Amino acid sequence: MSSENRTLSPEFQLISSWIEPNSRVLDLGCGDGTLLAHLQSARNASGYGMELDPNLVIESIKNGINVIQSDLNKKSLLDYFDEDSFDYVIMTQALQVVDRPDLLLDEMLTIGKQSIVTFPNFGYWKNRVQLMFSGRMPETETLPYHWYDTPNIHLCTFKDFEALCAKKGFEIVRRAVVDQQHQTSLGMTLFPNLLGQIALYQIRRKDRSNG
Amino acid sequence: MKENSVGLVKPKTFHVDEPLHTVSGSVIPAYDLVYETYGQLNADKSNAILICHALSGNHHVAGYYDGDEKPGWWEHYVGPGKPIDTNRFFVVGVNNLGGCHGSTGPASINPETGRPWGPDFPIITVKDWVVSQDKLREHLGIEQWAAVVGGSLGGMQVIQWAIDRPDRLRHAVVIAAAPRLSAQNIAFNEVARTAIMSDPDFHGGRYLEHGVIPKRGLALARMLGHLTYLSDDLMGKKFGRELRDRLKYNFDVEFQVESYLRYQGEKFATRSKFDANTYLLMTKALDYFDPAAEYDHDLSKAFARVQAGFLVVSFTSDWRFSPERSEEIVRALLDNDKNVSYAEIESQHGHDAFLLPNPFYEGVFSAYMDRVAREVGA
Repeated sequence: MSSENRTLSPEFQLISSWIEPNSRVLDLGCGDGTLLAHLQSARNASGYGMELDPNLVIESIKNGINVIQSDLNKKSLLDYFDEDSFDYVIMTQALQVVDRPDLLLDEMLTIGKQSIVTFPNFGYWKNRVQLMFSGRMPETETLPYHWYDTPNIHLCTFKDFEALCAKKGFEIVRRAVVDQQHQTSLGMTLFPNLLGQIALYQIRRKDRSNG
Repeated sequence: MKENSVGLVKPKTFHVDEPLHTVSGSVIPAYDLVYETYGQLNADKSNAILICHALSGNHHVAGYYDGDEKPGWWEHYVGPGKPIDTNRFFVVGVNNLGGCHGSTGPASINPETGRPWGPDFPIITVKDWVVSQDKLREHLGIEQWAAVVGGSLGGMQVIQWAIDRPDRLRHAVVIAAAPRLSAQNIAFNEVARTAIMSDPDFHGGRYLEHGVIPKRGLALARMLGHLTYLSDDLMGKKFGRELRDRLKYNFDVEFQVESYLRYQGEKFATRSKFDANTYLLMTKALDYFDPAAEYDHDLSKAFARVQAGFLVVSFTSDWRFSPERSEEIVRALLDNDKNVSYAEIESQHGHDAFLLPNPFYEGVFSAYMDRVAREVGA
């Protein structure tokens, strides 16, 4: 691990390893800009972050990235970007909080050639156990909210996500699962929907596979 | 001395002894530019910031004049430890050509006639300002501004700088601006001009030679302008329907908001002695501003050769230059894959918000200027 990787989460390291050098990248819900700043320095990527939270916009500027403040529930990505503007459109841990994940994924794969999406897996065994035995909505490390105050309005499992991709004609280029420490294990490889807490997917449109 | 202020300041004058050929086709044979500087220019002259002023602004951006209680117009954002940190930057404020605070303008004497220029002063555009400000840059020995910064009409000058002199600025900070005025904006300006020109004391713009000033027209223009700088929400909160006394059922000032507007108008026309011809000129410069026009009316094309990194800032309640107008600027920069950051600041202060304290605005502005400072080793 290089010195600049030291503080980067395994989730971000995994994404970074998927990004070809010199790529154009858009990071939706870029938070404090850590991932894009890393991609700029480690992968020579360029591009923009988008973020709604004012304090995170400030942190992103401090981290030296281009950040556009925007509410993706009110604006279309096509208001900002033309088709095929990016090699990758990334969205980490934000799919479940947007109004219409299906429509957003469509837009992401319109302005970008590929997308990398991560989200908490609702099919994780602890979630299933809590719902089955306590009859209550799960509250776990990755889903620390109550049902009434959670921003996660569109939780899904790996299987749900893959079903959506199939329906939309999105090809899954790569897939990985990690736990809360964002590490992978043999068990997760065998039973991802049961043992994986966080899903990472790289997807593209099937009709562009050869493009 | 006040804390966190650049303290006592004095304006300087730069005489430009070469003609300016204006966009309007006139020639100004020679002219003065009045300016102020704060902070120290570093050895490699890389830490200079130019601040462009808005319609009624001037070169007195920060600090105090001897015996004056009121600081410069952007005191809150320019000074030691402030977003434009004078401990790190060398800051230049300049009064635009055509202004009325010392730079050559309609109230100056036309050397050809020995009388005030008055209405004969050539129409000046934002492009002409960039040309004249560039002379000041050369005079100060600055190769490249670390940033050119401005709000409102000042932000328009920043955009023009980035387009016309792409290699002369590293960064462009465009606050509460628009890429061109809307029909509504132009209409507001026209009402303001009509107010001034229909004042019996206007005398076709030769009021100085008549020993009068068109106070009522100017005050009315300012009242209208001021009204458009505030938001409906803010006026509601500030004044509501509060009365000065009680309803008298006549045309005297009854509501507090009337009293406030009249005060603003009077203050502008009488105490600050703003020149009416300058006001006309500045509103015209606003109306004419349309950098895309030279590029097939395509703002994206206009930005094609821009080199500066951009920070674009808008305010939610600004209906004079709304966030959507700033997003047009952002979109055109994105079209060109330029470096740009954009923040839409939550504020109830309307267009005036760019002058007022606001923690998020300060945070964004400081973070960006810190990046600029680190880039130029300041």
